[in-house]
Amino acid sequence: MFHDIGEVLLLLGRTLRALPQTARQGRKVLEQLFEIGNASLLMACLLSLFIGGVLALQTGPVLAERGLHHFIGQIVGLSMCRELAPVMMAVLIAGRIGSAMAAEIGSMQVYQEIDALRTLSINPVHYLVLPRLVAISLALPTLVVFSILVGWVGGALVAVTNYQISISLHGFVKSLGNGVEVMDVVNGLLKSLGFAVAIGAIACQQGLSTTGGPRGIGRSVTKAVVNSIVVILLLDYVFTRLLMHLD
Amino acid sequence: MNASPAQGVRLEVRGLTKSYNGRPVLRDLSFTVERGELFVIMGPSGSGKTVLLKHLIGLERPDAGEILLEGEPVGPPETLGRHRVAMVFQSGGLLNSLTVAENVGLYLSEHRLKPPAEIRRIVAEKLALLGLEGTEDRWPAELSGGMKKRVAIARALVVEPQLIFYDEPTSELDPLIAVTIGRELVRLNRQLGVTSVVVTHDRDLAFGIAHRIAVLHAGRFLALGTPAEVRAHADPVVRQFLHADFAFEPHPTPEPVSRLP
Repeated sequence: MFHDIGEVLLLLGRTLRALPQTARQGRKVLEQLFEIGNASLLMACLLSLFIGGVLALQTGPVLAERGLHHFIGQIVGLSMCRELAPVMMAVLIAGRIGSAMAAEIGSMQVYQEIDALRTLSINPVHYLVLPRLVAISLALPTLVVFSILVGWVGGALVAVTNYQISISLHGFVKSLGNGVEVMDVVNGLLKSLGFAVAIGAIACQQGLSTTGGPRGIGRSVTKAVVNSIVVILLLDYVFTRLLMHLD
Repeated sequence: MNASPAQGVRLEVRGLTKSYNGRPVLRDLSFTVERGELFVIMGPSGSGKTVLLKHLIGLERPDAGEILLEGEPVGPPETLGRHRVAMVFQSGGLLNSLTVAENVGLYLSEHRLKPPAEIRRIVAEKLALLGLEGTEDRWPAELSGGMKKRVAIARALVVEPQLIFYDEPTSELDPLIAVTIGRELVRLNRQLGVTSVVVTHDRDLAFGIAHRIAVLHAGRFLALGTPAEVRAHADPVVRQFLHADFAFEPHPTPEPVSRLP
């Protein structure tokens, strides 16, 4: 485990040093962005709609019983942008995109494509890791913005239509507006940026250290997803404490 | 491209030693490949051929010993870049996400050495040199094994190499294509004067193309010399490797099938 952590940090360091090369890899960054968006946007919206809805459904009746139903917008709004959207989108991206990155780079490693790059004096970190890491760092916060907005819509739909909650759309929006500040959204986006860097670095490191043929590729994909999810949850706690402290 | 025989570079290996998990794979190997020479390293599977090749191209670091290109150590990437070293991998090593033309022109496009129109011209020229005209827009997955190897050779030639390494260039190929690839290696060596190091266990290829042959076994060279010298070598392991064939004990002649009355 410590070996993997060390390798991820080393790879991250090399990629950060290569950041000035990003403009040269612009086309690959765009290709990766398209792939991430294409693979995840619809699912992210669907997931967020239901998360927002379930959140309103679970909390709304309890609040309404105590005459606090005017807090429902605030609860859905804050939960979505501070916690649920960043974490759920990160887990989704770890499963869909992190696994694909580890599999693609892993198969390139097994089938000597990465050795071929090295013999052509092409640095695999510049060619493979940098565009993926930059793309995922742009894509995940963007997805989180979508997720927050769609989650709010899901929450509003349930809150307005559920007879136990009985709040108007205007009331929901007003409650949301009173409770959510721009910094709450920024907090969520900062978290998601940290998650994105972790997912990209873990997936690429697992891909690059693949050995042993197709079984090795499968092992790398599993490790990339599991390690990413564990790191997302650990980082979530760390970021939350840190951001609370800064608040 | 300069077709002078002086284009190749001299490769020198001194005391190369490597172990994995305490198991020695290369044991104190020393040899020299002269400029423009076609040097073949042969040996049975597991003898250390591919590991040796990975050291020669700088993909692995030795435990001891040194590898020199024109007297400069291979370790730093600048040495390989300065002497334009290329490698043709056993599997071809083509990037499956790129077309044939993108693969062949990858070195030029990634290092921005030529404008796109010039890269297209050079790619077409190299593909034509290997009889692959019209394959520019095809994907590696659509090519046969022989075509992949030839595309990999075309990609290596784009570097205008002074030294090319070939890893098992005829493995997984039928005999006709294997002969074609062998002829290509000789033609490129003669035409371009490139120093060539071929790693193979294909005896026909080795004796058909080599200026000199080294027989590697358990990480050591058992024989090193011209094809005639290696063929006449007295070492029993070398003789066994060179003369193994399918001549089994003949089966008893089957009883003739009795004719119907």
